[in-house]
Amino acid sequence: MKSLPITIDSVSRAYGSYVALDDVSLDIQAGEFLTLLGPSGSGKTTLLMALAGFVRPDSGKLLLGDRDITRLAPNKRDIGIVFQNYALFPYMNVLANVAYPLALRKTPRAEARQRALAALARVKLDGLAERNVAALSGGQRQRVALARAIVFEPRVMLMDEPLSALDKNLRETMQYEIRRLHDDLAITTIYVTHDQREALIMSDRIAVMNSGRIQQIDTPQRIYDRPSTRFVAEFMGEANIVAPGSVRRIDGAEASRETLMIRAESFHLDAKLVGEDGVALEGILRAKAFRGENWLLTLALDGGQEVLVCIPAALASGCAKLAAGQRMTAYAPAAKVHAIPGAMA
Amino acid sequence: MLEAYPQNRLARIVLWSFAALVMAFLMLPTLVVVPLSFSASNLLEFPPHAYSLRWYENFFGSATWMAALRTSLTLGTLTALIAVPFALLSCISMNRLGGKTAATIQSVLLTPSITPGILLAIGLFFVLAAQRLVGTLFGVLVGHVVLAVPVACIVLLPALARFDWNQVQAARSLGANWARAIGGIIVPQLQISLLSATLMAFLTSLDESVISIFLASGRNSTMPKLMFLSLRDQIDPTIAAISTLWTVIVVVVVLIVALRQKS
Repeated sequence: MKSLPITIDSVSRAYGSYVALDDVSLDIQAGEFLTLLGPSGSGKTTLLMALAGFVRPDSGKLLLGDRDITRLAPNKRDIGIVFQNYALFPYMNVLANVAYPLALRKTPRAEARQRALAALARVKLDGLAERNVAALSGGQRQRVALARAIVFEPRVMLMDEPLSALDKNLRETMQYEIRRLHDDLAITTIYVTHDQREALIMSDRIAVMNSGRIQQIDTPQRIYDRPSTRFVAEFMGEANIVAPGSVRRIDGAEASRETLMIRAESFHLDAKLVGEDGVALEGILRAKAFRGENWLLTLALDGGQEVLVCIPAALASGCAKLAAGQRMTAYAPAAKVHAIPGAMA
Repeated sequence: MLEAYPQNRLARIVLWSFAALVMAFLMLPTLVVVPLSFSASNLLEFPPHAYSLRWYENFFGSATWMAALRTSLTLGTLTALIAVPFALLSCISMNRLGGKTAATIQSVLLTPSITPGILLAIGLFFVLAAQRLVGTLFGVLVGHVVLAVPVACIVLLPALARFDWNQVQAARSLGANWARAIGGIIVPQLQISLLSATLMAFLTSLDESVISIFLASGRNSTMPKLMFLSLRDQIDPTIAAISTLWTVIVVVVVLIVALRQKS
């Protein structure tokens, strides 16, 4: 079945005085993998539940293709949902769980069985069809939930932090599997997470949310390198927000008068690796820590601001000799220095 | 382990004796009617001098008592069939709404369980009188349902509070309408609580006398109403035979539920 685009048009929702969604608009293309990323309380789950039909927006419109689904009952939306806690039916076995949406659609028994088994094979759960749900591991339950959500060929998939209950290794495996499943089925997918690495790894585009608003929507790379707000910059990784004036150009040209964002890992200790149009930050080394794959240096700039500098272990032969209190300079290439308009340092 | 338990033999004997006394105090008044019901005498006497089954024959042979038995069982069944689904839906809505709205609904639904029965009966009498329903089975049924709903709610509310609501949302997203989500997902998993609620609702109706006395007419008197009247008008051991049978019915129903819960 053809997957459909989604249009979210000025959707708002408040609970009493708490604004969960504040005039959110977003276009998701057919077949796209879009992640809603944000801290808890940012409105990402509320937005997902509005798409699912469990939260009715106070205002605004939701379109699936060109059909208005704002007030459509959840059971008529044909949207597959994977819940954080899987929400499997504990008194049914694996096969019955997966075949449930087909039974609701009055699919003939033999066909339902065959399609449920095919869905289980797709998520690599062949052979577990007769198993009791309670006898499955967390990862297996997650796969059953996936199979159940795709078996009726929905046109959109919604996933609400589906991997947050799994341990780290399993989570990484499942990230690739979910993405592969999405690519195989070419199904429009909206994925909610608060894990920025997960969002970067999986998504075509990321919408970063905070306080019920979309802060920025873009490709993972641009969100990471070119954050449009201070919030996005800091949420996506170790970001230094540097006030204008703390930075000088290596070639002596006049430095930017805007607030700058430089990621900790963009720095070098050797000016030659950076290029003439790069920037230099001078200060006193406050602390250093060896973190295995890199060194983390804390540099106090002359203005008093602290900056985190992360140097890959392979390039950090000099780091072990550095002593706290020593004066030093960190350099960043121009391409990695990003101005954040309107942000206060 | 279990240091808090009395190690001392004497302490244990005292504890067990006290427990036995409490049990006896609770059970004996109920059990004393059993020998009375098998008495051959025309009076309620204990212990009986001779034994017979004449009072049981009297009961089963009496058209009045049989009609009351039928009425009571019918009422109990209807009460359970109406009160439990109503209570389930109310509890689901309270569970979903939460906050002040749920607290308001809850206090309204639970009021009949704390209002003195006589007030409820008088109130219902006037409401039903205005509709010309006094003396009908329907009138008594309304009264019993009002009393049985809070009982069923008290059983179902905590069970629903433990229920994973995501399952219902999952079912809805997979294509189930409300009726199918409730019938197919909630009901099978609340079986035991629903069975207890049904039993409690049934027994509430079976046991109820005040509303029946006020609202039931002669033709559809319930067992408790007839028992009260017969105690007032003529004391003979038929009432003991009925009490015995009544106790047996209740014990059997409770046992069925208890055994089902175990399995």
